[in-house]
Amino acid sequence: MKILVCITHVPDTTSKINFLDNNTRFDANGVQYIIGPYDDYALARAIELKESMGASVTVLNVGLAETEPTLRKGLAIGADDAIRVNADPMDSFFVAHQIAQQAKGYDLILMGRESIDFNGGVVHSLVGELLALPSFSPVMKLEIDGTKVTMAREIEGGKESIEATLPLIAGCQEPIAEWKIPNMRGIMSARTKPLKVVEPQSIDQPTKILRFELPPPKGAVKMIAPDNVGELVTKLKTEAKVL
Amino acid sequence: MATLVFVESADGKIKKTSLEAVAYAYAMGGPVIAVAVGSVSNDELDALGKYGAAKVLHAADNRLNQGIAKAYAAVLSKAMEDEKAAILILANSSLATPVAALVSARLGASLATNVVELPNSSAGFVVKRSIYTGKAFSFVELKNPKKVIVIKKNAAELKEMGGTTQVVNYTAPLSDADFNAKIISTEKATGEVLLPEAEIVVSGGRGMKGPENWGILEELAKTLHAATGCSKPVSDMGWRPHHEHVGQTGVKVAPQLYIAIGISGAIQHLAGVNSSKCIVVINKDADAPFFKAADYGIVGDAFDVLPKLTAAIKAAK
Ligand SMILES: Cc1cc2nc3c(=O)[nH]c(=O)nc-3n(C[C@H](O)[C@H](O)[C@H](O)COP(=O)(O)OP(=O)(O)OC[C@H]3O[C@@H](n4cnc5c(N)ncnc54)[C@H](O)[C@@H]3O)c2cc1C
Ligand SMILES: Nc1ncnc2c1ncn2[C@@H]1O[C@H](COP(=O)(O)O)[C@@H](O)[C@H]1O
Repeated sequence: MKILVCITHVPDTTSKINFLDNNTRFDANGVQYIIGPYDDYALARAIELKESMGASVTVLNVGLAETEPTLRKGLAIGADDAIRVNADPMDSFFVAHQIAQQAKGYDLILMGRESIDFNGGVVHSLVGELLALPSFSPVMKLEIDGTKVTMAREIEGGKESIEATLPLIAGCQEPIAEWKIPNMRGIMSARTKPLKVVEPQSIDQPTKILRFELPPPKGAVKMIAPDNVGELVTKLKTEAKVL
Repeated sequence: MATLVFVESADGKIKKTSLEAVAYAYAMGGPVIAVAVGSVSNDELDALGKYGAAKVLHAADNRLNQGIAKAYAAVLSKAMEDEKAAILILANSSLATPVAALVSARLGASLATNVVELPNSSAGFVVKRSIYTGKAFSFVELKNPKKVIVIKKNAAELKEMGGTTQVVNYTAPLSDADFNAKIISTEKATGEVLLPEAEIVVSGGRGMKGPENWGILEELAKTLHAATGCSKPVSDMGWRPHHEHVGQTGVKVAPQLYIAIGISGAIQHLAGVNSSKCIVVINKDADAPFFKAADYGIVGDAFDVLPKLTAAIKAAK
């Protein structure tokens, strides 16, 4: 079985977000980059499947050269090879189009439920439409039996159990698998595993980011004594007007 | 040109977030056509007129009672064509977002999800999106003639205008290939307020000490008609179901009021609550980082403060 895992290279979840040049460019100063947390679940599930039923695992990122350490981390976690499509990912359809070019011939394509920078939640569905493959998200459980795939998908207030057949695409989230931490041997072997760089296909991008904005700063917290909860209720009613 | 709106229903009732989508489309100007699928009562469909829908297309095909994204996308794409609509609006949900993506790819439309306010069309067609999990916004130009927009909760104000609508049966050709999966079963909390749509959320963290202590928290939630939420470790340990987990890797809520009890306020938790209008934090540690993100705070023991708060709210009713 051939598994493709699409991973993003995103600021660590604790990062402070800032912008430069009149709010037109992300400020990467001091920011640590990680594999997107949802993509990390997808990769962990792929490695589990590789261990339990035998599979090759390829990690793919659409990004510029600075994302290579993130792909190497994917290799250290247990992927066999990596592909980087050399382009700045600024539009979901553009990214999906590039992924679709590389994704032919895989039995299972795993992604995260969403990227934590762009928060689109759509690349898996777009690739699904482009390759005419079924796509599901957010998937919390994925079991394979021959070509039959059983999944649990989260819905508002619960979950549903779905059956479909390979090949397919799943956007993953916990508890599909436990995050894996690379060990020393993984890190050493990652250095020599193949990482292929391909140039993107140029297409018109349907959207364009014009500028960014930060939310207004939060006002100071008002403290209330624990034996005076009545005051809180009054404030919520008359001041905040939320009750 | 008409704007199409996908209205989603649950248990035969139209979701409030979908009414917001109709209101959003109406506020954009131009006639609004709502598209409903599966079994929804006529009363529910008629009521869409109050929020601005001039017409409702109802695709009542029984097979559509199962939420299969591809089949929904087939109906909506056909309806876009038939009605010569350029814009499709959907309210964010675990089904609507994939449907939006499929429709946009079929029609070659520009796609934007997580949109937080009405578009600005003074120069180009620009939407404001929430990005970096609520830590920032981007202004994005949708360049293609067709556009698909998925809105976040509260992107439009829900106003009843008292209009009427015309409900039309709608059939789109659906093939077996459009039903590319089988839903075997659904497990869903019933009779509870759903977390992603709730106006008030009462949420507990590890400070609640164990699942056996959730009674006092649920009591407060019941008093407020609130949904219950929790932090990630709480769902990881199985104290609460996964769909209650709020934060970066869980549900992103946008209520009027978020009450956090025994939650430290890690940045990953805050990422899921930063769209709340008002935040109340109850924590026994005065240095808990959550207080910095709160509007009101009480330093105290949850087991002491919660019952008192529930009683005070009951008394004020
Ligand atoms: C990539 C990543 C993603 C993550 N995603 C999420 C996410 O989506 N959601 C999330 O919640 N976390 C997430 N986390 C975890 C997050 O970093 C924190 O570990 C977690 O939020 C802590 O949960 P907590 O506040 O319940 O527990 P703790 O941090 O242990 O805090 C418990 C709090 O309870 C207080 N307390 C104790 N006893 C009482 C009492 N009797 N009365 C009142 N207060 C009391 C304590 O003072 C303390 O502040 C993520 C972490 C990572 C690395
Ligand atoms: N630039 C990218 N490179 C590789 N995979 C990506 C990229 N952007 C998004 N994806 C995948 O698509 C999923 C959904 O992303 P999004 O639609 O941006 O929220 C992510 O979790 C990844 O698995």
